[in-house]
Amino acid sequence: MTAPLLLIVSLLSCGAWRGIAQDDPVARLSDDDLGHGERIYKAQCALCHGIDGAGGTGPSLQRPVLPRARDNMALYEVIRDGVKGRMPGSWLSESETWQVAGYVRSLGQVGAGDIPGDSSEGQRIYEAKGCADCHIISGEGGSLGPDLTTIGDRRGPLYLRESLIEPGATLPDGLLLIAAVTEEGEEIRGLRINEDVFSIQLRDAANRFHSLRKTTLRELRREFGKTLMPSYQESLPPQELDDLIAYLASLRRNR
Amino acid sequence: MKSAAILPAALICAQFAIAQVSYERLRNADQEPGSWLTYSGAYHGQRFSKLDQISTGNVADIRPVWVYQVEGSGEIETTPLVADGVMYVTELEARVTALDVRTGRPLWTYQHAMPEGVLNIGFGRTNRGGALLDETFYFGTLDAHLVALDAKSGALRWKTKVAENKLGYSITAAPLAIDGKIIVGISGGEAGIRGFLDAYDAETGERAWRSHTIPGPGEPGNDTWGGDSWKTGAGATWLTGSYDPELDLLYWGTGNPGPDWNGDSRPGDNLYTCSLLAIEAPTGKLRWHFQFTPHDVHDWDSNQIPVLIDMPLAGQQRKVVAFANRNAFYYLLDRETGEFLLGTEYSTQTWARGIGKTGRPILLPDKEPTVDGNLVYPSLQGATNWMSPSYSPVTKLLYVPVREMGSYYFKGEAKYEPGKVFVGGGERRLDGDKAWGSVRALRADSGERVWDFRTPSPLWTGVMATAGGLVFGGSNEGNFYALDASTGEPLWDFQTGGIIRSNPISFLVDGKQYVATSGGRAYYVFALP
Repeated sequence: MTAPLLLIVSLLSCGAWRGIAQDDPVARLSDDDLGHGERIYKAQCALCHGIDGAGGTGPSLQRPVLPRARDNMALYEVIRDGVKGRMPGSWLSESETWQVAGYVRSLGQVGAGDIPGDSSEGQRIYEAKGCADCHIISGEGGSLGPDLTTIGDRRGPLYLRESLIEPGATLPDGLLLIAAVTEEGEEIRGLRINEDVFSIQLRDAANRFHSLRKTTLRELRREFGKTLMPSYQESLPPQELDDLIAYLASLRRNR
Repeated sequence: MKSAAILPAALICAQFAIAQVSYERLRNADQEPGSWLTYSGAYHGQRFSKLDQISTGNVADIRPVWVYQVEGSGEIETTPLVADGVMYVTELEARVTALDVRTGRPLWTYQHAMPEGVLNIGFGRTNRGGALLDETFYFGTLDAHLVALDAKSGALRWKTKVAENKLGYSITAAPLAIDGKIIVGISGGEAGIRGFLDAYDAETGERAWRSHTIPGPGEPGNDTWGGDSWKTGAGATWLTGSYDPELDLLYWGTGNPGPDWNGDSRPGDNLYTCSLLAIEAPTGKLRWHFQFTPHDVHDWDSNQIPVLIDMPLAGQQRKVVAFANRNAFYYLLDRETGEFLLGTEYSTQTWARGIGKTGRPILLPDKEPTVDGNLVYPSLQGATNWMSPSYSPVTKLLYVPVREMGSYYFKGEAKYEPGKVFVGGGERRLDGDKAWGSVRALRADSGERVWDFRTPSPLWTGVMATAGGLVFGGSNEGNFYALDASTGEPLWDFQTGGIIRSNPISFLVDGKQYVATSGGRAYYVFALP
């Protein structure tokens, strides 16, 4: 059991956050139930939501209010049914589903923790470093990289830090760098926008769109774990990195 | 109207909407390639079209003739039937539409009144097609009814309740029409049902027989279940089987045991789940069975198409049933006796060392689901699934839609409650770029891989080989394509704009070959200019 969970469990025992309606199944969960919920979470949910709930390919759960699951019944239903096109439903039994729901709620109590940086300073760095060349915030910017308009809702600070230091290690699902060599020997390198059996669509570093027929290519290389985004470990001093993370973490739906 | 069977196809088309699909026509469907009379094209399940106008030399020129868009949401999984100028399709949520096969314009539509709160536990709200016999069109519904319609008008002839939907029973499979009987399989393997295969009198809708897939107390095989676990043992029959009229035997696959991923409550082999059953058509009596995956804990239903082939094996001509199983092994069985002839891996698998001399898999240790997840190939959806394979008597190859994917299998608690999910676990797929699909050509007599045509994601599309030397297939990404049946080389393709989750068919319109597929929520029909 991780340290934050011990804290939660002790909080639970004190009834610090459990003083909700008596007929709420989450309120009736025992410590064992929550332990089992944690085990199922780590096996089945953590791949997308992060081992600590800070988010990954799925949204961060380290929030007191989850937009799709404002109450526990809604949370139960999201775990059971999934979110169409985004998250698969589960095959968990009713009691297992409640155990996971209880554990997910406990993640929300942890909070994202203090973010040491200054977000307005971070915004200045974001603009100065040219991040907007590749990322969109509120409709402004380049579309090569992922849209960051609500990145603070979806990713915790640890994830954000890692994606700045080692971008290739935190690639979102489906984001893949492709090197395509045409029959004439020209190499086109870009992010995959879409792909079917016979064609592939790429966007290169200059934000140019390429539609390629696979049978006309001499080579199609999939560069797993690579990205066009540089690492900022060397180019940003630690304080500026903190500021940038604070700014990104502040990018939320209702900011 | 018995003479309809010998009328030239063009003449039949000229007077469309006269549907008289006699049993003789069904039995000789091979001799009538201008129609598509049963789910798999003919009783042997080969999904092979003898039409050869569209060939390797000219397929690059085919183009859309018409598109028909269905009502409702979800994706089409139906194989249409084509007879006498009419195409019959089942649409989403229990609608049937008859289309003018020349133009795609509807002739009639029937809407089954679906009650509120219908259960579909463990599968989508889908339907895979119907059956024609004489002047009647038959189809099953999600609320587990068998419906008979006048094929000319769509008028309701009769409706029979097959099973109780409140317990999780449902029908998604196309029925199979044989001489005077309609054979119906059921879904519900994730709801703790007790599976069966039914036969109904084609005229009256009265049940002729019921053959349970899980033996009751005192019956052979009941001792392969612990305690009362047989009562919720599942073994659904949710995909259309094949039929050998000479032997008068039906070949039907059965699904997973219940609960799916937690086998603790059901010690033993769990007969007759994950099996192929040979059932006597007149009586429903079980002639023989072959279990592919004893005591399955990965949900590897054996609901695939049994392909009946006559072939020489070791110098002897044999009546064989070929079966590319969801568990990643390819099998050949003698279809008269059920004798095991061959079992060989055709797709990535990590659960068995191989298949033993008796046909039983030799298990590798520690491949069962766990609370924390255990990575096993193939995934829960298997190395293949319900989408149809195809056998070409020309190339002697079996073309299999393949899914190369693994899953983390989870074990959870399983408590039976009527009409609730009863599975005891789940999976997390290794999808995205870690998974892929292919159309795989296997030598039918050995399972040896001859070629592989790769697709970006694991297939949900069936295939159809033709006498024109082609194999038609599709993709999740919307591509419909034709491959050279000998080499797998792509010769033509078309982007339909939606996932293809059905099986292609071919037929004649005014003497001209057409090929049809679904794409998303539309049917597309192609022909040469």
